Amino acid sequence: MTERIIIAGSGGQGIMLWGKILAQAAMIEGKFVTWLPAYGAEVRGGTAHCMIVISDEEIGSPYIDKTDTLIIMNQPSLARFKSRLKDNGLLIINSSIVEAGAKAKAKRYPFTDIAVELGNVRVANMVALGSYLAKRKTVSLKNILGVMKMMAPAGRDDILKINQKALDTGVKLRNG
Amino acid sequence: MEKIYSHPKSLRNLSTHYCPGCGHGIAHRLIAEVVDELGIREKVIAIAPVGCAVIAYDYWDFDCSEAAHGRALAVATAIKRVRQDNIVFTYQGDGDLAAIGTNETIHAANRGENVCVFFINNAVYGMTGGQMAPTTLLNQKTSTTIKGRDAGLHGYPLKISEMLALLPGVKYIERTSLHSPPEIIKTKKAINKAFLNQIEGVGFSLVEILSPCPTYWGMAPKASLDWIRDTMSKEFPLGRIK
Amino acid sequence: MKKVLISGNEAIAEGAIQAGCTFYAGYPITPQNELIAYMSSHLQDKGGVFIQAESEIAAINMVYGASAAGVRAMTSSSSPGISLKQEGISYIAGAELPAVIVNIMRAGPGLGNIWPAQSDYFQATRGGGNGDYHCIVLAPASVQESFDFMRVAFDLADKYRNPAMILGDGMLGQMMEPVKISNTRNKISKIKKSWALTGCKGRKPNIIKSFYMREGDLERFNLTLQKKYNQIQEKEQRFEGLFLDDAEVILVAYGSMARIAKSAVKFLRSKGKKSGLIRPITLWPFPKDIFKRLAISHKPLAFLVIEMSYGQMVEDVRLVLEGKARVEFLGRSGGGIPTEDEIIKKVMRL
Repeated sequence: MTERIIIAGSGGQGIMLWGKILAQAAMIEGKFVTWLPAYGAEVRGGTAHCMIVISDEEIGSPYIDKTDTLIIMNQPSLARFKSRLKDNGLLIINSSIVEAGAKAKAKRYPFTDIAVELGNVRVANMVALGSYLAKRKTVSLKNILGVMKMMAPAGRDDILKINQKALDTGVKLRNG
Repeated sequence: MEKIYSHPKSLRNLSTHYCPGCGHGIAHRLIAEVVDELGIREKVIAIAPVGCAVIAYDYWDFDCSEAAHGRALAVATAIKRVRQDNIVFTYQGDGDLAAIGTNETIHAANRGENVCVFFINNAVYGMTGGQMAPTTLLNQKTSTTIKGRDAGLHGYPLKISEMLALLPGVKYIERTSLHSPPEIIKTKKAINKAFLNQIEGVGFSLVEILSPCPTYWGMAPKASLDWIRDTMSKEFPLGRIK
Repeated sequence: MKKVLISGNEAIAEGAIQAGCTFYAGYPITPQNELIAYMSSHLQDKGGVFIQAESEIAAINMVYGASAAGVRAMTSSSSPGISLKQEGISYIAGAELPAVIVNIMRAGPGLGNIWPAQSDYFQATRGGGNGDYHCIVLAPASVQESFDFMRVAFDLADKYRNPAMILGDGMLGQMMEPVKISNTRNKISKIKKSWALTGCKGRKPNIIKSFYMREGDLERFNLTLQKKYNQIQEKEQRFEGLFLDDAEVILVAYGSMARIAKSAVKFLRSKGKKSGLIRPITLWPFPKDIFKRLAISHKPLAFLVIEMSYGQMVEDVRLVLEGKARVEFLGRSGGGIPTEDEIIKKVMRL
């Protein structure tokens, strides 16, 4: 079993962190995993993205030509990455800021709106992570929570709590 | 009878390869005498330049490293940082320090590296055959300025010591000369001060030494000493700069 | 042993510290900036010396100085910066100083771009600077190897008093993978450096140099270097082989490229195609012996060399096989990476 994931959005949306949390959890579960960021000047440009490969066997390329899962957090990312998705791949779209026009099969959720309702626009990424894990079950929620605890800044339980809440909300989302 | 003068221990008993009237032999000896007097021979690590003095390590009798042309102060920086108890100095010519190595010179000075620099300014490239140096005087004839250095074509003599004096990391700069016994004694005092600065942890110290090159100045040895006194030291005034 | 998720660049830096490196000088350049950043905090914390140099040239000459003073020293950069370092690398080889140089390659020529490439193979394996010399060149293919090979590089550099280079690429430097970090600083091999500059207390002065003007001296010195290089070629060839016993097509790739080639080999095997892989780990010395053995023992149909360049290592493969086997090539550079599909198609057409 190999799962290839591309998540793309804009700088500040926590795209890289999304990938690192997933990759850390996969490592804890003893899986092979690679995380590859977009680097250089591009990080500050239109889109930020990272590529995560999680597998039961040794991983060849960390670079993804055709992806099993594509998570789109802003508009420019859709145009840039939609051709990378495999025919039967999973497409998750942040419908708060991405207009329709993608494949009909796409799962659309208003991650940004939900995050604002929860009280912090910056946790939209964790809502998206919850919704992804509900579909793919690549790693266990328990391990994701463990990683979140490990990575949270010391003495800031409030940050950890709102991120956990965002994750839970994401897990419980129905197709919008 | 009391022995009051002898060959320095830090200088091997060899004849040098330098031309008659060259200043390098005097500068080597002054450094060796000061090293002996301060009792630091077993702690010294010298960086020899690329230029006429490339084999200075054949003459000095203490640890030495060669450096690529211009890079002596990068090499010295690293040696001093990893061996803070050793005494580290570079010995560099004008092309080495003020042309190809300008970058290394300025940044080592700006970092305030606790090393000594002995900068031999003879206003010409000696080893390669008498080409223009950054410190060549206006109208001075060299093999690449056969009609004399022309400011419009070649720029002006580079006063790197004055430039370096602007940097807060630099603690001591003095320009001296080898053209007469009193000036040689002053040079030795300046070398001594630079070493003491390092020993006391004061920081970056540089002694610029105006030194004769009769061969590529096209002069007799005595005339070259006069030329330093009458001409070169007008462009590069002697004394404490910082 | 606990695993941590870190990037190749960070793994190299931590690997160097664990290997006893106490001096680092470098200059920022993408895609190896995480390495210099890691060194700036972690090396100093452990009592080492970190210097952000004014240029790549200054950085390599600082490494020359630190190594001359007897400590384990390294620098890192990416392709255009490594070009600038060639002066210092040649002097390090000429003065027989141990040092480690890391090149996280990006595409060229010139400023090129910042994407991964393997187009500095010639520069790394042929010497790169002036004179007859070689660096020992190691090519990690994973973040774990990026960590592990630092120890190997420092040990080989000390053993042979020779510069060693780690040749990675932007993908390897940037990617994160789980790594077992073994804390081995207390087990660092202590090679006595009686040649180092420490001050001449109780001994004759030491001189570090590469200048030999007396007639015959430089030729004699070069012959001793050549003897050393021959010894390295005999003793230090390293490679990973996969399915070599019955392979009819043998893929040859190193570093990041070898990971993709390995995936292709596994896929081809699953389709019944007898393919195999040679992954050179030392690029210099090139692992000649395995190629020679294979060319004699069972004649494979072909060797397919795959590189993120327009054909550099393929020349070594051709040289070592001396026309005894067919050698094909697949390469892309400038940011493009040969894909698994492209490799599979090429093999199927052979």
